[in-house]
Amino acid sequence: MNKILLLLAVGAGAGQWASAADIIGTVTYKGTPPPEKEITPILNDPTCAAMYDGKAPTTHFYRVGANGEFGDVIVSLKGVTGSTGASAPAALLDQKGCLYTPTILVVQTGQKLIVKNSDPVLHNVHLNPTAPENEKANDALINAAQMPNGADLTYTFVKPEKFMKFQCDVHPWMFAWVTIEDSPYYCLSGVDGKFVIKNVPPGKYTIEAAHRKAGAVTQEVEVKDTDATVNFTFEAK
Amino acid sequence: MVYMNKKSHGNYNPGMHYFALLTAIVTFLLLGLGGLVTSHEAGMSVPDWPNTYGYNLFLFPIGKWVGGVFYEHTHRLLASAVGLLTVALAVWLWLRDPRRWMRRLGAAAVVLVIAQGVLGGLRVRWHMDNLGIFHGTAAQLFFILVCALALGTSRWWLATGEKWPEAPAGLRWLVLGATVLIFGQLILGATMRHQHAGLAIRDFPLAYGQLWPDTSREAVAKYNADRMEIVSENPITAGQIILQMVHRLGALAILLAVAAGAGRAWRQLGGRALLTKLAAGWLVLILVQIGLGIATILTNKAADIATLHVLVGALSLVAGALWCVIAFRRPAAVHPEVAGKAGWARQLGGRSAGWETRDTADLEVCGTNNPPTTSGGTGPAGATYFVPDKAISGVLNESGAMAVNK
Repeated sequence: MNKILLLLAVGAGAGQWASAADIIGTVTYKGTPPPEKEITPILNDPTCAAMYDGKAPTTHFYRVGANGEFGDVIVSLKGVTGSTGASAPAALLDQKGCLYTPTILVVQTGQKLIVKNSDPVLHNVHLNPTAPENEKANDALINAAQMPNGADLTYTFVKPEKFMKFQCDVHPWMFAWVTIEDSPYYCLSGVDGKFVIKNVPPGKYTIEAAHRKAGAVTQEVEVKDTDATVNFTFEAK
Repeated sequence: MVYMNKKSHGNYNPGMHYFALLTAIVTFLLLGLGGLVTSHEAGMSVPDWPNTYGYNLFLFPIGKWVGGVFYEHTHRLLASAVGLLTVALAVWLWLRDPRRWMRRLGAAAVVLVIAQGVLGGLRVRWHMDNLGIFHGTAAQLFFILVCALALGTSRWWLATGEKWPEAPAGLRWLVLGATVLIFGQLILGATMRHQHAGLAIRDFPLAYGQLWPDTSREAVAKYNADRMEIVSENPITAGQIILQMVHRLGALAILLAVAAGAGRAWRQLGGRALLTKLAAGWLVLILVQIGLGIATILTNKAADIATLHVLVGALSLVAGALWCVIAFRRPAAVHPEVAGKAGWARQLGGRSAGWETRDTADLEVCGTNNPPTTSGGTGPAGATYFVPDKAISGVLNESGAMAVNK
């Protein structure tokens, strides 16, 4: 009996895999983005400054390539649920060079997010959930000290939320923005502006591209048994 | 006969006065440090309270006072000092000051300073930015309170019989109105500072190039897309833009009100009157404060400038409040009908910032019926005098003698 169930499950999974397709595309930014700023306060902290040799790093609000390739854009299917976060590998948010790395990150509900301190300096990991459920789920670690080489902090979120702010108040220029999705159907565009949302079951979807500064745009897409292509363009406001 | 109510005023105690002054000065420094905490976005840099990173507040190693921790931890330490000073002052007042209202003010200061500490702690423990607004506002009220204590314990306050500052009712109410406006303005300022969103409008005198900025959804989205803040990275909202516009208009209203108050004081009291000089100083403070407000915008909310803006705001509020305390302590003139009525001193006292008076039965004979030309005011016949340092009260008659009330 168990063998039959297993075979049925494998068959169903294989069937789904066979009929699923990817959504691929490119995100482009048209126009000139606002100029990035040097994070000069970082040089006021002796420990942090020592990692930069007198030259402050810059912000990375707009990762735009020479031909408008737009990175750090979250592309996701709206209204789709079915998180696989519990079985997904943990995501990592590091504090390195007195900056959060990466600054834009996406995890699923139920997926572990590990926050690490690779710096030789104290940080406080202070997150600002807007969903009360996410605050409650991480109540003990909403604002947690993390000593140099201190133990990693592990977070798990239960509600989808866009651009939850992680900050360090010891070093107030340190930010990361974590988006929580309720399904595995999302992708963060790379520096080449490209994205791939894998294994999307056939159907009609609303697909959204969201950038923390530039806003969000949506399109309708139908996925059949072959890959679908969707491109997004953001225009300078 | 001249009467004196021994219980109604305390003897000047220089030690107590200087201690109250010290408390006010340290409180002012505490306001500055609190301002720096918010200006540097360091309010949550120490995650625990009342401990500091698990250490007892007073045992936190100096080597760990880094970055935002420096501002937040020193703010807590100085707040503890202010708390101790306030409790000591209140106990001193309670034991040595015979004026009930002063003892009560001292007790109120203790209650407020404790509430302030708890508010600050809860803001950290509950991660509630909005509590910071109440914390910042209560700090201003506490500063007024300790300044009033310093004033009330001063030799000047206890011996103002010779040059009693007085102002017509219209002027008093005008200044009180301006002071209330300033308080409202400070609440607006605290609200803007605790949004942690940087400047909602970055240009001046226009706002996004217009007299009144576009606050449509599309416009706000564009503002946010263009903002490149290094700290205070929360997006701005239409409400925050409107808040800053109201703050700008509020500054204009305050300038007009204070200028009107100073001008009226000049006309009605003369340029040499103390209240005129205070009003002129107050006007200068307001002008400096407006300059600092503009500088705050033009420097993109530089921490030092923004904190100076907070401090001069506090001085502006306390200047107006103390002006009112002085002027309302005694009306410029009391209607003759009031004189002669039993217990009239209580009525005067009731309008005089809590000056404690008692029924005439409590009064003690302590002098003659000479008119108060040396220890009290002089003026036309029929004018009513109330000399607090000797608790002389009465009406000057045609012959210059003072008919003292019993």
